Formats: sequence, structure tokens, C-alpha cells
Amino acid sequence: MNRRHFNKLLAGIATGALAATFSISSAFAADPLKVGFVYVGPIGDHGWSYQHDQGRLSAEEYFGDKIETTYVENVAEGADAERVIRNLAKSGHELIFTTSFGFMNPTLKVAKQFPKVKFEHATGYKLSKNMGTYVSKTFEGRYVAGYVAAEMTETNKIGYIASFPIPEVIRDINTVQLALNKYNPEAELKIIWVNSWFDPGKEADAANAMMDQGVDVILQHTDSPAAMQAAERRGKYAVGQASDMSSFGPNAHLLSVIDEWSPHYIHQIQAVMDGTWESKAMVEGMKEGAIVVPSFNSAIPADVVANAEQIIADIKSGSLYPWVGPLKDNKGELKVAEGVALTFHELEQMDWYVEGINAEIPK
Amino acid sequence: MDIDLITNILYAMVRTGTPLLIVALGELICEKSGVLNLGQEGMMLMGAVIGFIATLTTGSLVLGFALAMLSGVLMSLIFGLITQELFANQVATGLALTIFGTGLSAFIGAGFVGKPVQGLDPIFIPVLTDLPLIGRMLFGQDLLVYLSFVIFGGVYWFINHSRAGLMLKAVGENPDSAHAIGLPVFRIRYLAIIFGGAMAGLAGGYLSLAYTPLWVENMSSGRGWIALALVVFASWKAERVLLGAWLFGLMSILHLVFQGLGVAISPNLLAILPYLATIVVLVMLSRDKLNNRLVAPVSLGRPFYAKS
Repeated sequence: MNRRHFNKLLAGIATGALAATFSISSAFAADPLKVGFVYVGPIGDHGWSYQHDQGRLSAEEYFGDKIETTYVENVAEGADAERVIRNLAKSGHELIFTTSFGFMNPTLKVAKQFPKVKFEHATGYKLSKNMGTYVSKTFEGRYVAGYVAAEMTETNKIGYIASFPIPEVIRDINTVQLALNKYNPEAELKIIWVNSWFDPGKEADAANAMMDQGVDVILQHTDSPAAMQAAERRGKYAVGQASDMSSFGPNAHLLSVIDEWSPHYIHQIQAVMDGTWESKAMVEGMKEGAIVVPSFNSAIPADVVANAEQIIADIKSGSLYPWVGPLKDNKGELKVAEGVALTFHELEQMDWYVEGINAEIPK
Repeated sequence: MDIDLITNILYAMVRTGTPLLIVALGELICEKSGVLNLGQEGMMLMGAVIGFIATLTTGSLVLGFALAMLSGVLMSLIFGLITQELFANQVATGLALTIFGTGLSAFIGAGFVGKPVQGLDPIFIPVLTDLPLIGRMLFGQDLLVYLSFVIFGGVYWFINHSRAGLMLKAVGENPDSAHAIGLPVFRIRYLAIIFGGAMAGLAGGYLSLAYTPLWVENMSSGRGWIALALVVFASWKAERVLLGAWLFGLMSILHLVFQGLGVAISPNLLAILPYLATIVVLVMLSRDKLNNRLVAPVSLGRPFYAKS
């Protein structure tokens, strides 16, 4: 019999103006493998951390009482993260996932002190003997979203709510523009930076400001479903980010590009059980089931859906890769020569806009 | 910029400023009585989550807003009990209330993330809504925005023209004298604290039921703190609180509108504009030195011990 205790412990710790909330859940069973998860946000953000936690829950369901998982949410990036990770390592966790870029150095430090514990860090680039990395190719989903947006816009104005001008975000904006260049060169991409990963009010305001200016399809690289809701209210379209946002705009929701971490977590936990785990940099995309587009709005014409599904199939098979030269930046300079494909590592360092984007990257 | 765009900007300005205005007016009354409650953020979040859950389960927006206010009141009573009965430090208690409210709202709301609710719709006032520029801004909003106008009018009248307002100010300026002439200092302070809690709860409900009808953890994103700062920069004057809240709303909207229009100003610079503009304008307004010394309630943050 699988006996589960679910303890949620809430405690606030204030350091200056910063407050962090921790919550710890544990499932006890006979001699299970202990797996730890460290999240940067609350699992209730319905975005990034929420999706990681869905992956954890899937792994729990898959392995039953063979594993025991612990998560710590709302962990600030920095010194506090090191303490949290070390506590997990000390308390017998054999595999620890740290799920935000800023956890990279703390994870590496703790990994050196606990050579027998396996660590996996999401979205980073530092490896060690017992620390691997994993990241998903979100831009593959953006390309599909860009295609659907190119087809569905009537005003030829597409909005993009962006968080911070870091390479990952710039790369995804660029990927949408590449899709527009190919499928609807007339369409204009309007980018609004909100300087936040998560501020529902501001995201909604940004969506409304765009729609006031004629935008009729909204994409976002922020985490709340507020823009989706705003689009629904005004009869426009939007694309969901990170998790399925269809419930927030049954009519507005064109598609959601979902980060699906379950396959990765299940696969890696199995590897530790089998003793086959090794430290490596894992990059996963649609092919591995890490990026998923679960459904399309029924308002999208059947041929557009068919094309979108073909694009997904081509990305999976490897016959379609958006980042192949010749590619120019938005000032006309050739950045990628004919026939050259950018590697994932190069994409991770992107600091220029592709041709067609009428804006500057904020400095 | 065409006239439609400006109309929309003015509309969004008031909408964005409304949660700030409601919280700040509540805190204004509270501080006028000499009590400094830094728990706005926590009370807002509790109002947001309770209001959301009430409306989601019963379908009634009225009940949602009522319970949002009630939860703000209950939170403020915790504060009142600790600071007025046990004489704890108000700053520390307020901070603790914010941390408590943030954690508790996340805990209560954990099962309600990702659920949509039918939010408050705008009510268009015939003819007036179609006025150019200000039509949408003043007459095409939802009920809570209209209510914020009423609350503003009430608070303004109360502080400046009512006998009860005079008593409130007396308690905030010099509780000993107020006590000596027979004013019920504790009762007045409790009422002020409760009003502050009710307004914070209402503003929280506005966030989760009208502004962005959804619940996510920490959805107030620091608006309670901005409202607190507004009260200070507005030198404890109701009309300046209104000005500050709307100005902050306007600059927040312009930051987004300009980017959409492709104005070549760094978005990072635009992002600090709301804070910068609001502080500059309100500091300019209150640069009179003598006047300044007179504006802050003298006993603000100090506990009152009734001497027999």
C-alpha cells in the first residue's frame, strides 16, 4: 500500500525587503530513491515552475513508491539557493534537479561537495562529473506559433510581450520573425518589453496597448495567462506560453506551446535507478516530447492546422530547422552564411535581431 | 497619435491607477489616525484570493467583493490586536502581516490556480461614454472604478469637511490631548485600521475579479508597497493621492504604448518613468518646507498608552 504524507510547510523569511516562501512535500515509502527539485517561482505561477512541478508529479505517478520526491519553491537565486540545495543533498537525496539559470553556480559548488549525489541543472552551461544540464528548444514551438500567427492575422500586426532582453528571449522573438518572413512577410512584429517574468496586471496592460494599436494576434514570453484573457475579452487571438492556457480564452487561444518535463524527469530518474546516469548537456525539443503543442483552436482553417502539423513533423524529423543561413540581422548585415546552421550553443548567445524586426534590442 | 489612441490611454490610465487609489485611500485614513500599517500587500493578496474563490464557487461577484473586503478587515484586525492591545512595533507587525498574507494566500489559493472566472464587465453610461477623450476614461469603466470615485469623494469630504474627520486627525496628531478631551482614541484607531483593511481587501478583489480575473500567487506584484509610498509622497492629502495614483497609471501605460509605437527610447528608461514621474511631481507639490513639517500625522507609528 502506497502511503503518502503530504506536508505543506509555509514559512516566510524576510531579508530586507525580500521574502521567500518555502514549501516542502514528502512521500514516504520503503527504501525509495529520494529526488529533490528546486524551483525559482511558486508552483502556483501556472507557468515555468508549475510545469516543472507537473513533471515531478508525473514521475511520482510513474514510479509510485519507488521514489520519494521533495520540492522547494520560491528559492531566490544566489546564496539562499546554495543552502537549499545543500540541505537536500545532506538529507539523502540522490538526484537533485535545480530548475533556474541562476542556480548554476550554487549547484556546481554543492555538486563538488557531494560527489555521490547526482545533480541536474536546467538551462545552464556548466558541467561537472556529477552535474549535468538539460534545456528545451522552446524556439521550435515559437516557429509553429509564428506560422499560425502569420496565417491568422488580418491586420498584419502581431504583438510579442517580452520579459527581459536575454539571449533566450531574443532567439525566440527572432524565430517568430523567421516564420513571418517565410509565410507572411507583410506582417509586422510589435515587441513590448514589460521587464518582468510575471506581473499579470502589466501583461494585460501590454496586451491592451497592443490591441489599441491594431494588433490582432498576441504572443508572449512571460508567464501569466493575463494576455490571453485580455485577447478573449476583445475578440482577438493569443498564443499560450509554457502551460496550457486554453481555459483562459476558449475563443482567443490559438495554441499553447508547452514545456513538458515529464519525459526528461522519468528518463533520468530511471537512469539513476539503473546506474546508467552520466553527466551530459541534454538539449531536448519536439522530437523528445519536451516541447508539445497539444491542440489547435477550431477557428483555425483545416489547411493551416495541417500545415502546422506538417511543420511539427518536419521539426521532429530534422528536415526543418529555422536557423540555417543565409540570415541577415535587421540592419542588413549577413550574420549566418549560406548553408551554415547555427548550433544550439550559438543560439544561446544571440544578441541581434533578424531581418524584418523594426526595433532595437534594449541596452 | 490619433484621438482614439489618447482616449484609450486615458481609459487605461484610470483602470491601472484604480487598485493603487483604493489601497492608498485606505492607508491614508489609517495613517491619519496615527497608525502605520505596512501590511497592505498581504491584505490585498488575501482579498484577492478569498474574493476569487468566493466568486468561482458561488458565481456571485457581489459576494466575491464582500468577502474580499471582509478578509482584508480580518487581516487588519490581527494587526490592530497586536499593535493596539499588545503595543507591538507597528512597522515590524505590518511587515509580518505582509509576509503572512503572501504565504497564506498562496496556501489557500493553491488549488485555484489556472481556473478562469467571469470578471466584472464595464458599464457604459449612455451618451457620456461617447464623449471624446474623457468619455471612456470616466464613463466607460467597470463598477469598481466608479466606486473608487465615490470612495475618493467620501474620503476627501471626511478628512476635510467632517467633524468625525477632525476627530480622526486629532487622534493622529496628538492622542494624549484627544484622550484628555474625551475622544475614544482606541476605538477611532481601530475603525481607521479596519477601513484600511477593507480597502486593501477590495483592491485585492479588484485585481483578481476585474483587472485580470484570475488567481496566481503574489499577483499584486508590489502594488501595496507603491500605494504606501504614494501616501507619503502625496503628503497625506486625498486629492494628491488621486493624482499620484492616476499619474502612476498613466506612466505605466505610456511605457507600453510608446514601445508599441516604436518610439526610440530605451524600454528600461521607460520602465522607471512611472516611479520617477510620480515622485518628481509629488515632491514638487510638497516642496514648501513649513507646510511639510505640518503634513505628516505627528504620532504616526507611535503606540498610545492610555493614562488613567
